[in-house]
Amino acid sequence: MAKKILIADDEQNIVISLEFLMKREGYEVLIANDGEEAVQRIRAEVPDLVLLDVMMPKKSGFEVCQEVKSNPDLQSVRILMLTAKGRDTEVAKGLALGADAYMTKPFSTKELVERVRSMLAEH
Amino acid sequence: MTARTRFILAVCILALLMTGPFVLTALLVWLEAGEADRARLTEVIVPHLPLGALMTIVGFAVGMSVVRNLFRQYVQGLLRMAEYLQLMLGANRDFRVKPDGPPEVQALAHTVNALAQQRDELMQDVEAQIAQGKQSVEEEKNRLAALMSELTQSVVVCNLDGRILLYNNRARMQFRALSDAPAVAGGGELIGLGRSIYSVFERNLITHALESIQHRLRRSTVQPVANFITTTRAGQLLRVQMAPVLSVGQDEVGERAIGGFILMLDNITRTFENESRRDQMLHTLTEGNRASLANVRAAAEMLEYPDLQEELRERFRTVIRDEVKAMSTRLDETANEFADSLKARWPLEEMLGADLIAAAQRRIENVLKLPTKLEEIDESLWVKVDSFSLLQALTYLASRLSDEFEVREVRFRLSGAGRLVHLDLIWSGQAMSTETVMSWELEPMRFGDENSPLAVRDVIERHDGEMWLEREKVRHRAFFRILLPAAVPQEQIDAAAFLKGESRPEYYDFDLFKWSDKSRALDDRLLSELTYTVFDTETTGLHPSQGDEIIQIGATRIVNGKLLRQESFEQLVDPCRYLSPESIQIHGITQDMLVRQPTIEKVLPAFLAFTEDTVLIAHNAAFDMRFLQMKEEATGIRFDQPVLDTLLLSAVIHPNQESHRLEAIAERLNLPIIGRHTALGDAIVTAEVFLKMIPLLAEKGIRTLRQAREAAEKSYYARVKY
Repeated sequence: MAKKILIADDEQNIVISLEFLMKREGYEVLIANDGEEAVQRIRAEVPDLVLLDVMMPKKSGFEVCQEVKSNPDLQSVRILMLTAKGRDTEVAKGLALGADAYMTKPFSTKELVERVRSMLAEH
Repeated sequence: MTARTRFILAVCILALLMTGPFVLTALLVWLEAGEADRARLTEVIVPHLPLGALMTIVGFAVGMSVVRNLFRQYVQGLLRMAEYLQLMLGANRDFRVKPDGPPEVQALAHTVNALAQQRDELMQDVEAQIAQGKQSVEEEKNRLAALMSELTQSVVVCNLDGRILLYNNRARMQFRALSDAPAVAGGGELIGLGRSIYSVFERNLITHALESIQHRLRRSTVQPVANFITTTRAGQLLRVQMAPVLSVGQDEVGERAIGGFILMLDNITRTFENESRRDQMLHTLTEGNRASLANVRAAAEMLEYPDLQEELRERFRTVIRDEVKAMSTRLDETANEFADSLKARWPLEEMLGADLIAAAQRRIENVLKLPTKLEEIDESLWVKVDSFSLLQALTYLASRLSDEFEVREVRFRLSGAGRLVHLDLIWSGQAMSTETVMSWELEPMRFGDENSPLAVRDVIERHDGEMWLEREKVRHRAFFRILLPAAVPQEQIDAAAFLKGESRPEYYDFDLFKWSDKSRALDDRLLSELTYTVFDTETTGLHPSQGDEIIQIGATRIVNGKLLRQESFEQLVDPCRYLSPESIQIHGITQDMLVRQPTIEKVLPAFLAFTEDTVLIAHNAAFDMRFLQMKEEATGIRFDQPVLDTLLLSAVIHPNQESHRLEAIAERLNLPIIGRHTALGDAIVTAEVFLKMIPLLAEKGIRTLRQAREAAEKSYYARVKY
């Protein structure tokens, strides 16, 4: 069965690329345009992995991450955070809140794909 | 025995000496003679008795006149001289004894005069030395005050109780920015001689800084200064450096005691804002572009997949186009908005463009002996330059023109172009090749005795400017155009920077070093050493209970027996009611002067702060205090300091005078009256009157605040009983 990936980002211009990329890798792709929607869809669909942007309207990626990780039902969900801020303090915060991996924008799509693949393989 | 009794006694003795022996002899002869002899003696002598008596009387008269004469010359003359000497000793030092009388007395007079002369010379000498000493101390103080007032850094000196005993004009202006009510009190409620620095800084902060200084002093290795940054009540950011005022001698432990401290203040609010802006710009330029770059990069990488459908390919292309466009816009916006921050960090000074040109002319004429001329110079332009290196560059260019192209004269032109200024260096004759210009720009500047490691290009870059060669073919001449950053014309010096009055202001009072807050209760302190706020109000009328209001408050301060005119408070107040024509005639304040003035609710807090820690003085204080008390309930502001009334004190000093009006008192005390019937003018007159009263009260045994208040109370009751 194809693995399910949720892309949570409010920027359509990156969503379109990520969606194409993930579909091309053979994953089933879900999309959320803000933090609240992301939480709802994660609860409803329990994806295998979330590509989670930090800066989103309504709820930030940090909040989403914290909610997901504190919910025992969602333990299986891997989170890969994407941030447009290069500060190491933010990386530390994301990882402390339970994110499984972290990538700083702009990133190489090849690396992203590899990271996603390895995270899902560990599982 | 007075001189007169002695004279009478001497005369009596003379009379006895002249008659006594004769009468005694006659008596003895008479007693020894027989009856017959006695008859014969009577017969012989009696006819001659009148002659004998006459001769005795004449002899006595001559004797008496001799005695009288001697007495006059020696006794009375010396007595008179003693009186003159008393005079010379006290009231009239210049008086000299007139040598008169017998030679012995004259000799004495001469000697006494010589002694007096010697004494006068000695005294003059001593006085001259004292005056000289005083003058040099005064000069030193003035030099210090002048130095302080010219400093561009704010300096405040305090004693250990935090009382200000010196501040400079810069500090005064800076404190104005710190004031909660800058429009009303102008910072005067914060800075002033004898005021507490703790109204600006937290006491703990100062204590902590003093402790760390003490600590450093003990280690005696590093400079004993402390730095701290603090925010003020008005939200300003201050950087403060504190240095100790050390006593001259050492104490028994070998440490120099701290007698006070010096604060150097720097308002860094503006700098801090600039730095925040710079940070913000950096942030926009870096972090702000990450997301867009990510979008572009992802889309570009997607385009590389060969299996991409045409429709998707087009969508990725659109993403790239849109994002790159958005990034370009953002870059432009940031660059525009932060143009100032992007400029080179080289410290540039602002100066009038015309001054720069004049300096360049002088330099070129002096160093190169090359004549210069001016063309159109925009006198209103200000530039931001490093004048030393720029003048060097201009002279260097002129030197090469003169050396290599035999230019005999250069001209200057200065014009504005938005945020840039064009400085043109013009010459007649041929223009050189671009390569030549390039080499002039890039070679280190060497001419005359000067040998700079910098090239013209470095100088131009320092200014974030540009330079190029332009030809005016028609006029057969060429010029170098140098672009320099323009500066905002500097404001005229703040009117407040000029000081009221002509005399040098009393910005310092080192006697305050001796002050201590703990010394005595206010009531037992001497009148001469208290701090006073002398104030006066102008009002719409005489009846506060019937709705009359304050329209002006004026106040000045007395610290350590000195009137501080420049630390004054003067504020018009909107009474929120109409003025009667009669009252306008008294105070000369018209309705339109009060429009847009603050109301009493705004003014009273600032005035309260101005009067903090002082004794209030007013003429007929009850009247002014009544107006202030009427506002107590509405504003919650109470003036509960001790109050002295110059009207009542005048009644104490001159109980028999009829008038105790301010003019009458001032006239009695020989004070000129200027500017009466403005609140501040009256306050100043009242203060001068009070200062004259202090010694007069002391003559009556009234020296402390308590004594003054009690005496005034009594005089008040005395007047009421009438």
